[in-house]
This record gives sequence, C-alpha cells and structure tokens, in this order.
Amino acid sequence: MAETIKTDALIIGAGPCGLFAVFELGLLDIKAHLVDILDKIGGQCAELYPEKPIYDIPGIPMVTGQGLTDSLMEQVKPFGPTFHLNEMVETIEKIGDPLFRVTTDAGQVFETKVVIISAGGGSFQPKRPPVPGIEAYEGKSVHYAVRKMETFRDKEILIVGGGDSALDWTLNLQPIAKGVTLLHRRDDFRAAPHSVEQMRALVKAGKMQLKLGQVTSLEGEGGQLSAAVVKGNDNATFKVSCDTMLPFFGLTMKLGPVGNWGVQLENNLIPVETSAFETNVPGIFAIGDINTYPGKLKLILSGFHEGALMSQKAHRYIYPDKRLVFQYTTSSSSLQKKLGVG
Amino acid sequence: MVKINFVNHKGETQTVEAEAGSTVMEAAIRNAVPGILAECGGACACATCHVYVDDGWKEKTGGPSPMEEDMLDFAFDVRPTSRLSCQIKVSEELEGLTVTVPERQA
Repeated sequence: MAETIKTDALIIGAGPCGLFAVFELGLLDIKAHLVDILDKIGGQCAELYPEKPIYDIPGIPMVTGQGLTDSLMEQVKPFGPTFHLNEMVETIEKIGDPLFRVTTDAGQVFETKVVIISAGGGSFQPKRPPVPGIEAYEGKSVHYAVRKMETFRDKEILIVGGGDSALDWTLNLQPIAKGVTLLHRRDDFRAAPHSVEQMRALVKAGKMQLKLGQVTSLEGEGGQLSAAVVKGNDNATFKVSCDTMLPFFGLTMKLGPVGNWGVQLENNLIPVETSAFETNVPGIFAIGDINTYPGKLKLILSGFHEGALMSQKAHRYIYPDKRLVFQYTTSSSSLQKKLGVG
Repeated sequence: MVKINFVNHKGETQTVEAEAGSTVMEAAIRNAVPGILAECGGACACATCHVYVDDGWKEKTGGPSPMEEDMLDFAFDVRPTSRLSCQIKVSEELEGLTVTVPERQA
C-alpha cells in the first residue's frame, strides 16, 4: 500500500472551484493535494462540456469548458498542486483538532489539516443500463470498466455502445477474447472514424460481429451471464450468447460516498455557513455546486468567491500563530514572489 | 405562454406553461416535472432530459440533430420518437405538445 501523504489541504474534486481553491490557498502558503474520480482535470467543464461556451466568467466574455480548465491550470502552476486522478475518496476520519485521515478507493491515505469538498454534483460514475436484474451480474460478468485486459482473455464478450470507450475496447479485446460482439442502437458511431473503420474491417473479415439494437434482458445464473436478449431495430427480438458484457453508456453524476463523510447533508447538498463555507465539522469546507446556503447560486463565479473566503479560515487552522494580513496580488511584492512574477 | 403536457411512465399527465423561445427541458425543470434531470443544464451533453414526443407532434418538433443523436446513444430505451427535451425549442406552434418521460434517465 502507498505511503501516507501528509498535507495541509486536501481538495476533493478537481473542477474549476477546486482548482481556484488551489490558487487562493497557495497565496496563503497552503499546499494542496487534489483527488478526482475522473481520469482528467476539470470536472464537469472537461467531462460534460469541454467544447461548449461559458459566458459568465467575470472579465472573460466567452471561454469553453476546456479553455477555462486550461487557464486555471496555468494560474495555479506556481503552487505545484499534486493530482490524484481516477481515485474516489471513500472515508474521512477525524483524528485531531483539526486533522483528518482520508482514504481513497485506491488505498491511498492522506493526513490533512483541512478538507475542501468541491465535488460539484458528486462523482461521475458509469451509467447502468435499465436492464432488469443487471445488478446481480455486476462485478461478476457485467463490467463498466476494463481494469485489467487479462481478465477478459478467452471470454465471449458483448460490448454495448457506440462511443470511443466501446470501440476502443472492442479493438483492444478482440485479439485476446474468444469472441466479440459489438451492439449499438444504430449503424452510426460517435467514436473516432479511424476506430470505426478498423471495427468494420474486423467484421468484414469475420473476426467479430456487429449487431444493431438495445438490450432488454439478461439470461444467466448466479451472476454468470449466458446470453443477452436484444430488441433489434425492426422490433424483432434476438439473443446474443456471451459470458461477459461491457456496457459503455457514458457517465452520470451520483452523490457517491459523500454521505459517509460525517458532514451534514440536506437534499444531497452540504449546508455551510457563509463566512468561510465551513460544514458542520470544523476543518471540513464545502465550496461550489455541492454546497447550499440561503441565496446559493450554482455558478462557477460563486464557487471562486467561496474558495477565497474558505482559504482565510483554513489559514487559521493551518497557521494558528500567524497573523494573516490581507493583500492584493496587484501591489503585494510577497504575493507576487509566490506567483513567480515579482 | 404555451401549454406542454408531460406524461410520466404511469400515464399521469402534468401540464405546464412554457415561454416561447425557452426549451421543453427548461419548462420541466421550472415546474419540477419528475424524471427530467438535465444534469448538464441544457448543453446537449448528458442525455438526462430524454423524452418521447407523442405521435402526431413529430413533424412540428422535428427530429434530433446529428449531435443530439450522438447524445441519445447515452440514453436508454431509445425509440424513433426519442428527443432530448433541451433541444426542443418552444413556439406557439407547439401549443398542447405532449411528451412522455421515460421511467428513468440514468
């Protein structure tokens, strides 16, 4: 297991608010680690609308989700944050005053003085197809991600979906699987044209199958799949024999384990007070879309403001003996030094 | 204002008023119509505002754009009448539009 990481601040969620919190904390000499369940930085901006325009960032008439993420990354560069991607925080345990032990699903343990929850709508998790009884197969013969390719050697695999994940895994698993069937609801694919061409060539060569339709039920016993029942586009039903199914229907936001972290929840949001956006647990803050207070607006700019106020209070926990003098980046030579521009 | 009917999977109808120029999704969210999540807020980026346009309305609402078709791949039980409600613009022409909300979005 990885060694325990000791840090001043642990930020859960690397979306825009988590990133800007790195900046505000950094100005106050507080170093941060960030944990995010996605494989990339930027949260919803990067996952849901990387190419879509945002018009309400103060001073920036228009920026895309990815553009904002890239700019924030440049802005926080002087503070050298450490990112732990593809990881989900599972537990937060209070071990001091304040000091927390935080554990991720990858087994990483942090000891941190403050925790900042900037988890937006919760964690992005794979969408589960509404196939009756699918839960019984999950983790045994139905998988939403490929962690180790070897697991799928010599399997009869049904891959469902038409995006890059579906096509990439079709191409990657086809050489080692016993058989691969790709099932999609239409004969058009969002995936990169190059992958689609490769898939069509394999079908033509008789090395895999392509079927059109949607899964309606599963057959099997004790969690072991034997076939999927599919409704074709002509409404006729057919069966696809398989011992493994990999559905790729994108991601959806689920609150996830936030409920187990000891902070109070209200309608799946974390109530905070508005002078520092602290939760009911001293030392745990919540900023951005995941918090709630009278008048709350789920705007990125609100999350930025919340991060600035949070940092002032975090400073009191981390440097209890240091007096905090409020300074402007425009005129303070010490802040400019931290930013590497002085 | 334009009247729009949302039918849930149990067959119950909820009628709401929508402003011309807004979207069917916005009308649903403003009136707390159950079953429309709209996680991405209307960016055609998530497929959690999926509805079925009732027979007879398809001509007036039109069909999905190619980008919307791509997003519909993430929806479940997609039918020929499937649309993302954030992509249906409300106009006077749609007075009385009826859409059915699927049993689940995600």
